Amino acid sequence: MARLKTYGFYLLVAVIVLQAVFPFYYAILTSLETGQAIFDINYLPAALDWSNYRSMLSSGVFGRQFLNSAVTASAVVVLSLVLATTAAYALARIRFRGRGLLLLTILSVSMFPQIAVLAGLFELIRAFGLFNSLWALVFSYMIFTLPFTVWVLTTFMRKLPVEIEEAAIMDGASALTIIWRVFLPLMWPAMVTTGLLAFIHAWNEFLFALTFLSTDTQRTVPVAIAMISGRSEFEIPWGNIMAASVVVTLPLVVLVLIFQRKIVSGLTAGAVKG
Amino acid sequence: MARVELQAVRKSFGTVDVIHGIDLDLASGEFVVFVGPSGCGKSTLLRMIAGLEDISGGELRIGGEKMNDVLPAKRGCAMVFQSYALYPHMTVRENMAFGLEQARLSKREIEERVTQSARMLQIDHLMDRKPKALSGGQRQRVAIGRAISRQPRVFLFDEPLSNLDAALRVDTRIEIAALHHRLHDTTMIYVTHDQVEAMTLADRIVVLNAGKVEQVGTPMDLYERPASRFVASFIGSPRMNLIEGATAEAMGAACVGIRPEHLHVAQDGPWAGKVVMAEALGSDTFLHVETAEAGRVVVRIPPGETPTPGTALHLAPDAARLHRFGADGAPLA
Ligand SMILES: Nc1ncnc2c1ncn2[C@@H]1O[C@H](COP(=O)(O)OP(=O)(O)OP(=O)(O)O)[C@@H](O)[C@H]1O
Ligand SMILES: [Mg+2]
Repeated sequence: MARLKTYGFYLLVAVIVLQAVFPFYYAILTSLETGQAIFDINYLPAALDWSNYRSMLSSGVFGRQFLNSAVTASAVVVLSLVLATTAAYALARIRFRGRGLLLLTILSVSMFPQIAVLAGLFELIRAFGLFNSLWALVFSYMIFTLPFTVWVLTTFMRKLPVEIEEAAIMDGASALTIIWRVFLPLMWPAMVTTGLLAFIHAWNEFLFALTFLSTDTQRTVPVAIAMISGRSEFEIPWGNIMAASVVVTLPLVVLVLIFQRKIVSGLTAGAVKG
Repeated sequence: MARVELQAVRKSFGTVDVIHGIDLDLASGEFVVFVGPSGCGKSTLLRMIAGLEDISGGELRIGGEKMNDVLPAKRGCAMVFQSYALYPHMTVRENMAFGLEQARLSKREIEERVTQSARMLQIDHLMDRKPKALSGGQRQRVAIGRAISRQPRVFLFDEPLSNLDAALRVDTRIEIAALHHRLHDTTMIYVTHDQVEAMTLADRIVVLNAGKVEQVGTPMDLYERPASRFVASFIGSPRMNLIEGATAEAMGAACVGIRPEHLHVAQDGPWAGKVVMAEALGSDTFLHVETAEAGRVVVRIPPGETPTPGTALHLAPDAARLHRFGADGAPLA
């Protein structure tokens, strides 16, 4: 019986891993094949042909688009974290009327479907003169990343004992020193986790990027990939698309691997006494 | 070298008054203990002296200087919190050095002071550990060490021992007494719930009740001459027996109090009763006796033969040790 349980458990794990990893694995396989080979179904690498990668990287704008994505996502992360830390401090530590309501409102903002705010947002961005600028994306992505970051960091900050802050006050630390030397080191795991999720969101976002940017050199990678076209309109260049997708996913994988330990402790940090 | 003076000090949170005008004058180097029931404002008063709470009215002076609007770090106070409040991400050494770095002391002086206070508290072997790798008692010592290394004029403790187990509590209490002896210039203010801590540590005890001072005095003063019925019942463990009704009226008071050790089992005693329960603690035995005249009272008897529940006996109060209180709770001469 116990053995059956163990087998069942590993079977479940295998299914989950398979469904999570297989699409990516298949993308890698496809990206290494060319011509007709792509349409032959194989589950093991049949060829090692880097020509898709070569042709994509030499296409000129891809490097620029990659950079666009990186800049946008990094700006979103930095701005979100700076704004969210300060907001979380206020929401967690300072008593004022309507605090609970404000917090709920902030969270509910992130529940609107993107498509619902698209038209209004488009008008706003035109009015600010941000159309076809990366700032349009930074601005619109933060509508979705900020509520989440603020919420998580506020919850996290509430769990930090007030006495620690008071001890620092008694020790003569200024407000900035307290944030820099006491809060940040304690909040670091939570910030890494939320920052990473914000990065992933900004990196993968498609709809806003498609709507608010109009020229090839401004595009971010997800849109660029969707717009890769073949030699004729009847040919979809799967090889190139898959190669681009793999290249785009790699930074995320690397980031997650780097911060892996912090993420885990960040997600559980609320549960154990700090 | 710091006298601490409070003059008509008040505190309100919004519309709620918590401290109603407190006058106190604590001498330099004195060990003063604040006691009182939960919620009476002990912590609030301590935090006002520290500067963690604003003072709503009145004046606070430390070393003769008005401190109402001085920043906490500039008051020369150090505080030991109930929850220790160590910085979890710093080692013991860093915890102790943090305040000194903020005061911009030289590296050498910081090192010297940290080493010295670590040695004083025997935590020098723990210097490179993080707080989570310490036991509760060790954490509390580090918290005290952190406060000592700042060389404060006034030491503030808010129930520093209440998170420790009983044995450790006794040890640490003795250490704090020794510490006060060594730092005899430093004024210490100590908040506690614990009778024994208050009686053994204090030069003077301040009994607070509902945001007012009930009585200030040496432990024996408070024990022998309580200035109100409240203090009489609050100081002493087990509590003083308070007797109301006809027996009290016969003595011309609304209430009379007699401590358990001043009641004796005597053949010809005026109060007849039956033992309800006997608690033998080894050094003493406490009898709970139900009497017709005085209600239920506690009697301390020497160790030895313990009467079983149900035993009938007579009790005699030590007349010289009776405390008589009027209807307003004030003592009658
Ligand atoms: N920030 C606050 N806002 C409103 N009321 C407060 C605040 N802090 C304390 N109080 C109130 O002030 C009163 C005194 O609180 P305080 O913490 O000083 O009591 P205490 O004597 O230390 O009690 P305990 O022995 O339980 O620690 C309490 O009635 C409490 O509810
Ligand atoms: Mg308290």
